[in-house]
Amino acid sequence: MRDKLSREHEVRAWRFVLPALLWTLIFFVMPFGFMVVMSLWDRIDNVIVRTWNLNQYREFLLKPYYWQALVNSLQLTVTVTLVSLVLAYPLAWIIAMRVPERWQRLALLLAIIPFWTSYVVRSYAWLLILARNGLLNKALLATGLVDLPLEIAATRYATVTGFVHFFVMLLTLTIYANLKQLSPNHVRAAADLGAGPVRCFLHITLPLTLPGIMVGAFLTFVLCIGDYITPQILGGGNELVLPQVIMMQISRRADFPSAAALSIVLMLVVSLVYLLCARWLRLERAR
Amino acid sequence: MRRQAGSWLSGFYLLLMYGFIYLPVTVLVLFSFQGGRFPILPFNGPSLKWYRQVLADSKLTDAMFNSLLVAVCSSFLAVILGFLAAFALARFSLPARALQRALLTAPLTVSYLIIGLGLLIMFNMLGVGRSLWTVGVGHVVINAPLCFAIIYSQMGAHQVNVERAARDLGASLVTTVWLVTLPMMMPSVMASFFLSMTFSWDEFIIAFLLSRFDVTLPVEIWSLLRSGLNPKTNAAGSLVFLVSVIFIVLMELLVFRRIKRG
Repeated sequence: MRDKLSREHEVRAWRFVLPALLWTLIFFVMPFGFMVVMSLWDRIDNVIVRTWNLNQYREFLLKPYYWQALVNSLQLTVTVTLVSLVLAYPLAWIIAMRVPERWQRLALLLAIIPFWTSYVVRSYAWLLILARNGLLNKALLATGLVDLPLEIAATRYATVTGFVHFFVMLLTLTIYANLKQLSPNHVRAAADLGAGPVRCFLHITLPLTLPGIMVGAFLTFVLCIGDYITPQILGGGNELVLPQVIMMQISRRADFPSAAALSIVLMLVVSLVYLLCARWLRLERAR
Repeated sequence: MRRQAGSWLSGFYLLLMYGFIYLPVTVLVLFSFQGGRFPILPFNGPSLKWYRQVLADSKLTDAMFNSLLVAVCSSFLAVILGFLAAFALARFSLPARALQRALLTAPLTVSYLIIGLGLLIMFNMLGVGRSLWTVGVGHVVINAPLCFAIIYSQMGAHQVNVERAARDLGASLVTTVWLVTLPMMMPSVMASFFLSMTFSWDEFIIAFLLSRFDVTLPVEIWSLLRSGLNPKTNAAGSLVFLVSVIFIVLMELLVFRRIKRG
């Protein structure tokens, strides 16, 4: 059917794609336009003033409260991405290389079932474990490892734990898919030539799966930096991240211009990281 | 000897990670059967009283109904939009196809918070009130790209000949799509439908920003969280998890069994 189209045919084809295109334009592109406009307005004495200016962006640069949130977001996201990768890679590798072939699908399925717990509920479940009177402290106190309960909930450690739990499942899936695509011949050849298992891994398997790792890491970065729920439930009010500050502008102060400007900053950061990743991947392929 | 030490280590690591992955769900479900007032040790159950409380709480059951309604309706629309666009872009050489594909999948790369906030600002400025309708609109925005991407990736060349045969035998384009393409694409259509359902069912931030009086279940659970650790929240959360698992099992049964047979 993909031949040269008659005029009449082309009109029909447009009819199929138009609903989705219009939907995307009206409810995705247009809201973004409204957001840009809103970020260029001002809010004085609780009233939104429709004068064009860059006050919101200037405020972002001048107030430590705002850019500290961005710094917190970046630190948190980088930590989460690295820890998740370090934990997920061996898991994916063991499932792909050590678990017998016919059990692999089951092993993978088991590793991602908790993925389908509701996002809000999952963070709450971690609170049950990490809270002052939660499971972890009860266990530590009972074994005498600590004398006083640890204050983990409402710190960055709790947020990292909640995030890492989620992304280990996601990354195990993507890294596993990557490892399975690898031809075993490369490793076999290296082993025949006398390379030990560690050397085979460091010089063959790891470099060949690096592009896949980068894609997974980028996915983690994007999902983590834009998330409000986990930091809000587990991290609490200390060391706010950017999405928390954005939500605060809306729910506490109804300051839409500021929230819009902060959202655009967040989008710019993500786009920048995307460009860096894409550039790195192109260089890697060209090599 | 060394090999054996390695496999012990592998087994140990596997056990450790599965423990980590299952720890929160286990604690959640276990303490939903708690007998006492707090979901902390010691466990003094099992008791079903918190489930009874959840099912007797009309706010929660209303929210559950709202969530199902939004999930079914928004997923239905998302699948229709995604399927039609995937068909058009896979089968016709329309101008600017790469650009159209990029535009249709763009919402996948933007955080839900920003999509929700953009819609909120737009609806506010246009004077559209927040309701379940606006939540549904938001969920179609996030799910239609997913449906499009899944169905588009499955639109292979092998179905083209069957479609062409139908056309040669005199079927109109619409008839061909309805009676030939759609049945052939059913596995990926169903897969994207159920995936959309689970995402909509679980989605919090867009529903939180765009709803007002009628809220969905994750938003209602969010307000339960304010009461601190509470076995009732455990029970509600366990029920949400159960429904998600049902969606996934349905998908597995309806979609992947069919693929195996077909």
